[in-house]
Amino acid sequence: MRIHRIAQEKVNGLQPEADLTQLEALFTRYRNKSGSLIPLLQGTQHMFGYIPSKAFEMIAEETNIPVADIFGVATFYAQFRLHPVGKNVIKVCHGTACHVQNANSITDAIKGELSVKDGGTTEDGFFTLESVACLGCCSLAPVMMIGENTYGKLTGKASVKVIRELRKENSSNNQ
Amino acid sequence: MIETYTKPKVIVGLGSCGIAAGAAKTYDKLQKMLQEGTLDFELSRTSCIGMCYKEPLVEIRDKNSWVLYGDMTADKVEQTILKHLSKGQVDKENAVSARDFKATEEDFFDGQVKIALRNCGHIDPESLSEAEEHGAYQAIRAIFDKKISGAEVIQSVLDSGLRGRGGGGFPTGLKWRFAAQSENDEKYIICNADEGDPGAFMDRSLLEGDPHAVLEGMMIGGYAIGAQTGVIYCRAEYPLAIKRLNIAIAQAKEKGYLGKNPFGSEAFSFDIYVKEGAGAFVCGEETALIASIEGQRGMPRKRPPFPAVSGLWKKPTNINNVETWANIPWIIHNGPAAYAAYGTEKSKGTKVFALTGKIRNGGLVEVPMGITINDIIFKLGGGIQGGKKFKAVQLGGPSGGCIPAELGDTCVDYDSVNATGAIMGSGGMVVMDETTCMIDLAKFFLHFTQDESCGKCTFCRIGTKRMLEILERITEGKGKESDIELLENLAFQIKNNSLCGLGQTAPNPVLTTLKYFKAEYEAHIFDKKCPAKVCKPLLKYSINPDTCTGCMVCGKKCPTNAIDGDRKKVHVINQSMCIQCGECFNVCRFDAVIVE
Ligand SMILES: Cc1cc2nc3c(=O)[nH]c(=O)nc-3n(C[C@H](O)[C@H](O)[C@H](O)COP(=O)(O)O)c2cc1C
Ligand code: SF4
Ligand code: FES
Repeated sequence: MRIHRIAQEKVNGLQPEADLTQLEALFTRYRNKSGSLIPLLQGTQHMFGYIPSKAFEMIAEETNIPVADIFGVATFYAQFRLHPVGKNVIKVCHGTACHVQNANSITDAIKGELSVKDGGTTEDGFFTLESVACLGCCSLAPVMMIGENTYGKLTGKASVKVIRELRKENSSNNQ
Repeated sequence: MIETYTKPKVIVGLGSCGIAAGAAKTYDKLQKMLQEGTLDFELSRTSCIGMCYKEPLVEIRDKNSWVLYGDMTADKVEQTILKHLSKGQVDKENAVSARDFKATEEDFFDGQVKIALRNCGHIDPESLSEAEEHGAYQAIRAIFDKKISGAEVIQSVLDSGLRGRGGGGFPTGLKWRFAAQSENDEKYIICNADEGDPGAFMDRSLLEGDPHAVLEGMMIGGYAIGAQTGVIYCRAEYPLAIKRLNIAIAQAKEKGYLGKNPFGSEAFSFDIYVKEGAGAFVCGEETALIASIEGQRGMPRKRPPFPAVSGLWKKPTNINNVETWANIPWIIHNGPAAYAAYGTEKSKGTKVFALTGKIRNGGLVEVPMGITINDIIFKLGGGIQGGKKFKAVQLGGPSGGCIPAELGDTCVDYDSVNATGAIMGSGGMVVMDETTCMIDLAKFFLHFTQDESCGKCTFCRIGTKRMLEILERITEGKGKESDIELLENLAFQIKNNSLCGLGQTAPNPVLTTLKYFKAEYEAHIFDKKCPAKVCKPLLKYSINPDTCTGCMVCGKKCPTNAIDGDRKKVHVINQSMCIQCGECFNVCRFDAVIVE
């Protein structure tokens, strides 16, 4: 069981406050449809990167499902986050194929580079490091995914290089 | 198939794996070449043909011939294309398969029989017309043209001997018959595309490569059991599969293949929609999957009632796996006997396997049942990476077990695999060499199942946790003599006191490693050694005074300053400060660091 996932929302002040009025469009789409709780949660997370605690209350009001039940569903599934995440989520695969090909060394290298724990976000809110089980590219193990991009046949060094390049791109875009 | 070529066709493999290997950049590069206008060809795309180890793949096709090129990254593709198209020379060095000569990787395809994957890597998965040129929707069309009854369809599926490809291996025709027998105006078809086994990607490849095959299979199933709605439950980690499924559904709707009275049928109507999973392994279990579609926590419930009687929204429901569905149109089109001609007595047809781990040719293969493990690994898979020694192969993921190299002659069919203590599972085949520690592997799987247990049953929830703790202490060198017995005892209890397949099979990886690699457990517990040199706390790093040149590189690298030594003097590792990180071993250019 994913007991470790049940924790209070921590806002680190870097993210702008979520604009929850956006949820209304999502609600209209799923109104009066059966089995819509998970799509609602997915839609919410898609908008904000996580599910803000206020959103739980709004979904409860919308669907007439008690907040406790919604919280129960949200904490059951690995996909849902209750905390804000960094701008770029690094998902390092720890599926069987990647494990056998030393996925641990990728996570270790990134931890070292970014000084974060697994699941943690960098101080500037630019990166969040996560572990996932299988991205379906097992023949290219070890694999990680950042945004929509998948990187295969990694080594610790290669993964750090990818991260540094993303940072560099970002800072040159900002100038 | 009739194809007209006015100009050569260049086809890029754009599956998730291809894209990860850089195929999208290759495609962009080719597009740029087209725009520049130096060469004239038709640019097209397809999905994964299974040869993931040579991605990105580019095929060049013309009237008379075709050649498949491997390792076609954006920087290499131009040269090969120029050579092939303007000079008319085949770039033999990069050709992996070809019609007219024996290219370098022909062995990978020899011995494969493609039924479920018949169109993967051959058609543009986002084009309905290409799929139809390759036979899509012929089976369902024939059913209505020839007025074949639902019962006859079920009989064909029964006769084919097809068993569920999602892991359980239950005869598909029988399952359909149960669902058909349940009286109800409202019934459902579900396609299980949750593919939870980490290290398996057959279903992803199929959905990305030939989504219409799955849709057609579901339609046939819907017709046979009398269902009106199909749901595809696909894991959210497969965005490309979801995208292509939705495109395929929209195309089928537009053509009138989905919806009211398709193909001139009078009483049949069928719709399909995709439901995205939210990341829980247990949701692959059918009752949990149904709960998840309904918007609840995905927790399994007691059976009976089986879904065939009371499933989605308490209506009769038939669930099959992606690969099972993809086989159906082929069976109806070619007849059950053609399918049953492949395989062994009790396991008919073909099975797709995802070859991963320390194998040279990692990718997807479809083989007739009954082929041996050694044939898959050495003939198709090209053996072990870097010429190392084959140690074991894990079948069936976290619910399965490992089969040691000594049993490499085991035939791959349901019964022979079960006899080893492993299971056929959904088709993940993770190959391991001598550098894999079996206890570490068992620990890895237990960590996974422990995390994914839904928590309903005490033995599954807490028992797996206790087993994990024992394995953790063994790999840390704190194992006790009684641990092996304790593990066996717990395994027995968990197997017998769990409600669903997750708990019932969770101990399998531990039991099979204990059965075949007991000596490795004993080395960890009694000698405090990890023979595969994986478990860090059990390793001892030292420096060989004969080969050390005193270059000082390791000393600078050591994070705890545990290495003493001056320039040109032999270095020494202070064991009390060493944290076994292995940095010194990695940086030493003289192989002077010894690990034991
Ligand atoms: C814990 C657990 C996980 C499962 N995961 C999957 C899965 O990812 N994909 C799948 O097709 N079947 C999975 N199954 C098997 C399904 O419960 C079910 O038997 C299968 O979808 C039936 O289809 P089939 O008869 O075509 O194999 C799982 C079963 C259990 C107990
Ligand atoms: S065996 Fe495990 S996963 Fe299955 S129902 Fe029981 S607790 Fe849940
Ligand atoms: S195990 Fe890492 S992508 Fe499948």
